[in-house]
Amino acid sequence: MKSELICITCPMGCRLSISGRPDEPIVEGNKCKRGIAYAKDELTNPIRMICSTVKISGGIHTIVPVKTDRAIPEKYKFQIMKLINGVEVQSPVEMGDVVLENVFDTGVNVVVTRNM
Amino acid sequence: MKSKYDIIVIGGGPAGLAAAVEARENGINNILVLERDVELGGILQQCIHNGFGLFYFKEELTGPEYAQRFINKVNEGGIDIVLDTIVTSITVDKIVSIMNTEGKRDISAKSVILAMGCRERTRGSIAIPGDRPAGVFTAGTAQRYINIEGYMVGKSVVILGSGDIGMIMARRIVLEGGEVKAVVARSSFPKGLTRNVVQCLDHYDIPLLLSHNIVEIKGRERVERVVIAQTDEHKQVIPGTEKGYDCDTVLLSVGLIPENELSKLAGVDLDPKTGGPVVNESMETSVEGIFACGNVVHVHDLVDFVTEESRRAGRNAARYVNEEFNREGEYVSFSTSGGLTYAAPQRFRYSNLPDKLDVFMRVDKVYQDQFVILENEGRELARFKERHLTPGEMVKITAPKEIFTGCEGKVRISLVPRGDKT
Ligand SMILES: Cc1cc2nc3c(=O)[nH]c(=O)nc-3n(C[C@H](O)[C@H](O)[C@H](O)COP(=O)(O)OP(=O)(O)OC[C@H]3O[C@@H](n4cnc5c(N)ncnc54)[C@H](O)[C@@H]3O)c2cc1C
Ligand code: SF4
Repeated sequence: MKSELICITCPMGCRLSISGRPDEPIVEGNKCKRGIAYAKDELTNPIRMICSTVKISGGIHTIVPVKTDRAIPEKYKFQIMKLINGVEVQSPVEMGDVVLENVFDTGVNVVVTRNM
Repeated sequence: MKSKYDIIVIGGGPAGLAAAVEARENGINNILVLERDVELGGILQQCIHNGFGLFYFKEELTGPEYAQRFINKVNEGGIDIVLDTIVTSITVDKIVSIMNTEGKRDISAKSVILAMGCRERTRGSIAIPGDRPAGVFTAGTAQRYINIEGYMVGKSVVILGSGDIGMIMARRIVLEGGEVKAVVARSSFPKGLTRNVVQCLDHYDIPLLLSHNIVEIKGRERVERVVIAQTDEHKQVIPGTEKGYDCDTVLLSVGLIPENELSKLAGVDLDPKTGGPVVNESMETSVEGIFACGNVVHVHDLVDFVTEESRRAGRNAARYVNEEFNREGEYVSFSTSGGLTYAAPQRFRYSNLPDKLDVFMRVDKVYQDQFVILENEGRELARFKERHLTPGEMVKITAPKEIFTGCEGKVRISLVPRGDKT
């Protein structure tokens, strides 16, 4: 199977063309070897940071921003949004406060990103 | 609020906050920050995505986290903060007029720092024919609605412009359950950062239509449909390529312009290329003692550089108040050519240069393997190697003071392809 990816490890943004097995990809178009590692991660274990908001009562706004404290496996990106949209917190909160713990048993928490 | 301050900072975004903190670190304890919004942090409070701080804090933060770190510092004392207050004018003599729910008032300062940020271009500045229904927003306004006020702008969206804000909003809308039909760009390359094309569009299967334009918006009360067509290399629509897309919302991400109504009132000279004040090595404008930093000077893509530049402004405003400023000698100006569209700062006095001067520039299109070359009267001063330059990413060079020894008139900065022996 052949696929295309853009390496975003550095601003060069090399266009990678990938063939072979996902765990041992044959990569072309990379200007340095970090492109190969990038392609391998993207093909075998893609992960994403998710940033969103949750409802808050008693604050200066009605929502407060949150993020995953580490990147989560990409397959959970929409499922985690459902969980996040169900959260409601009470002011005051502080940057770093955990609002969802160990989501989908990944060890990743969702934390508040400002004081409110 | 007192009636007299050493330094008044206008705008409580990342630029204003960093400038205020740095002025305090340099011995000034009589500083006022004026902000028209109900809270500090500026545009960062609505940029809830991550990607901030990689250079400055060496970690990846969200906009609100980046802001919070500076808000915490500002709150350590020596700085008065007045929110919900708009500055309506500034004079050459540094009388700052303000207005809030308590009325109008004048305050005076020894030095003023302009940090008002920028505003978005609107539909008026790009002229799309068709109806004028509800549902057309600038991307930044939509960002504020969704990320601060907490309501969705629409269910199915077309975004015009491939700038970072548009792409970031495309991902945000999809995560919140909306649909983004397409991101439409008039240029043949994306205007924003490559990482945003990948992380915001590719990862969410959002189509990016390069060399396309919206030719018509249709809808009675609310947007119902847009017509999109291909464009040629002169950005002219190619007849016969029109295609309709049903949608209820159009977001415009068509650029930012520095916010300089106040600067003009203060008699500050503006640079037509940047849209912001002409500044010197110390971030001082053409009016002595009035400094400027951040997006009010030129539109930055990385807040980290805003912070650096603003610290420079804060430090020098403190030197100005402490009467440590050196005004010996004539100005030397930068002039850009060969693919570079501007340089900021625009000029410097050698006597007042720090050990190293950061100069920010932008390019007009994508370049690979270039030298940025500085020359004065035919003499090469320095060259900097650059592997990859794009209009979406500011170019920054750090020039040691020594290279400018003996310079007069203009220092020309240009791009020369590597490999060409010039
Ligand atoms: C939508 C968007 C997304 C971005 N994404 C990224 C990113 O991913 N990574 C990154 O590093 N950078 C990003 N940036 C860039 C970065 O956020 C900006 O460069 C930075 O916020 C500029 O700071 P500033 O203080 O100059 O302006 P602002 O943050 O705009 O602050 C200016 C402040 O001045 C106030 N003000 C203006 N006029 C007056 C007045 N007359 N009286 C009183 N107050 C006034 C405003 O209310 C505002 O609070 C993004 C920018 C935008 C707009
Ligand atoms: S392959 Fe290497 S040079 Fe190319 S984008 Fe990735 S890290 Fe940068």
